[in-house]
Amino acid sequence: MFLWLSAALVYCFLYVPLVIVVLFSFNDSRLNAEWVGFTWKWYGKLLHNREMLAAAMNSLVIATVSAGAATLLGTLAGIAMHHYRLRLLPLLVLAPIAMPEILMGVSLLVLFIMVNMTLGLVSVMLAHITFSIGFVALSVQARISSMDPALVEAARDLGASPWRCFREITLPLLMPGILAGGLMAFTLSIDDFVITFFTAGVGSSTLPLQIYSMVKIAVTPEVNAVSTLLMLLTLVVITVASRLSPTLFRAQ
Amino acid sequence: MEILDLLEIVDVSRRFDAFLALDRVSLQIEAGEFFTLLGPSGCGKTTLLRLIAGFDQADGGDILLDGKSIIATPPEYRPLHTIFQNYALFPHMTVAENIAFPLRMAGCAKKEIQSRVGEALENVRLPDKAGKYPDSLSGGQKQRIAIARALVNRPRLLLLDEPLSALDAKLSEQMQLELINLQKDIGITFIYVTHDQSEALALSHRIAVMDHGRIAQVDAPSRLYGYPNSRFVADFIGKCNVLAGHVREQQGDCVTVELDGLGPVHVCRSETNFGVGSRCALTLRPEKIRIGRFSSIPGASDTMTSMSVADTVSPLGDESHFTGYVHDLLYLGDVTVYNVTLSNGILLETLLANSASGRTNFFEVGDRVEVAWSCDAGHLVLD
Repeated sequence: MFLWLSAALVYCFLYVPLVIVVLFSFNDSRLNAEWVGFTWKWYGKLLHNREMLAAAMNSLVIATVSAGAATLLGTLAGIAMHHYRLRLLPLLVLAPIAMPEILMGVSLLVLFIMVNMTLGLVSVMLAHITFSIGFVALSVQARISSMDPALVEAARDLGASPWRCFREITLPLLMPGILAGGLMAFTLSIDDFVITFFTAGVGSSTLPLQIYSMVKIAVTPEVNAVSTLLMLLTLVVITVASRLSPTLFRAQ
Repeated sequence: MEILDLLEIVDVSRRFDAFLALDRVSLQIEAGEFFTLLGPSGCGKTTLLRLIAGFDQADGGDILLDGKSIIATPPEYRPLHTIFQNYALFPHMTVAENIAFPLRMAGCAKKEIQSRVGEALENVRLPDKAGKYPDSLSGGQKQRIAIARALVNRPRLLLLDEPLSALDAKLSEQMQLELINLQKDIGITFIYVTHDQSEALALSHRIAVMDHGRIAQVDAPSRLYGYPNSRFVADFIGKCNVLAGHVREQQGDCVTVELDGLGPVHVCRSETNFGVGSRCALTLRPEKIRIGRFSSIPGASDTMTSMSVADTVSPLGDESHFTGYVHDLLYLGDVTVYNVTLSNGILLETLLANSASGRTNFFEVGDRVEVAWSCDAGHLVLD
């Protein structure tokens, strides 16, 4: 009984704030104090907020490009980690997952400055690719190690060249793991604040950065509305990813 | 017509770090043969099969197909296919797509693929499964689809890696018969890997018994059973009593052996020349031993127990007799196994068919019994 109660309290602590944000995004009042009435108007206002739209666009572009690149590189890393019993590669690929984000942010910033790179969309993308590769690699590796190695041998045995075997057998069977990893990379990129904060430049502000700069003044219903949308997007993507690769989410 | 060796394995070795999996193995396998590699786990039989298939590289030696070396040929260019232990059907392809795979890889035309896949499905009597995915098939059906897929583009050789081990006993027996008939019908060479000696005896034309990376003996099943060339083969194939001793004298194929603790016996079925004094072992199948009540055997013809023995009379009319006690017995329905303790403490396994009369269990534990075997019942091996 006590267990159930404490569990309920923990979940309340986690989710009540989120529910309040969602609720107040529909509240017909400038103040986040009391419920006045239902309205869509804050969502309508968002559509006319140029800065917000630009930030959203940046976020989507960065997330799409970095997820795409991380998926490609992470897949290759995952396959390599499975095929060759390398010691260094897993360390290199997985370290960014374990490393504190602030450290990643600072070190990437130092790097970009050292190579004289202008901070902007490209620097943010590079940073996001760096920390996403590990997640894709993990997801692909989980999938590949649950694959029967006899399938690849059977394909070769039945006349497939190594490349055809990869294209017709390995790749289709890995696809759920690859997609799950890619979607993970997408949500990580969309939601990231710390690393983006260090690596973004003028005009490359993303949604989380935009929300932060608005909150510095006040938590307006518009912030609630954009947060709700961001939450919704993340939720959908993560649900799809977990459907594709149940093992990945069980393992973590 | 000249019979060519289809597959020749010459001095093939394979080492995994410190473990020598194959130690200079040589074999000749003929066209149309059902050939089995038999041995306990770790004996190298699967390693050898993987080398033939091309999944693994030998450290030395050569593999020749029709006289041409294939040792450097990648698996996709070898005209042979493998049935894997768990069938390795592609889970993301339907049954029809699985069977079409080798044809597609070979670049067959769409129409031809379609007709040959249909034909293959008919042959394994599963035409209604074409659109199903492998996950929805039973073990026996998966097996048949795997066979259909492996045979659809008519390989020269079929390699089978313990294909029946995942099936239950009854289904396995049924599949054994199917495999025998299939091999007879299509006439291509089967190389079959198993650790199950009864499976090997039932299926094969010839069997290579392997032990610790070497070939212990290559022979037809009946020869392996009747004329094992070592204690290991005798022990591994069927049940066998092994009595140690040394050679006292040899005249032609008749050897007098002094069995340790039992005294001299005659063995009249030897094909090798044993040096006088050399250590040897008499291998004796349980069903070749007669068992009877004490002092009943000398005039054996009127006792019921004599019916358990094939009616053979050795040229010398020579029989070996020993007395002992029934140590324990195992009633198996059709037969009862009696373990008899002989005077020197050796336990001898004997077998008595219960069909001989309405009675079962002729003897009880502790009964004094006599055992006997004719001089051509046992087989002598060097020890």
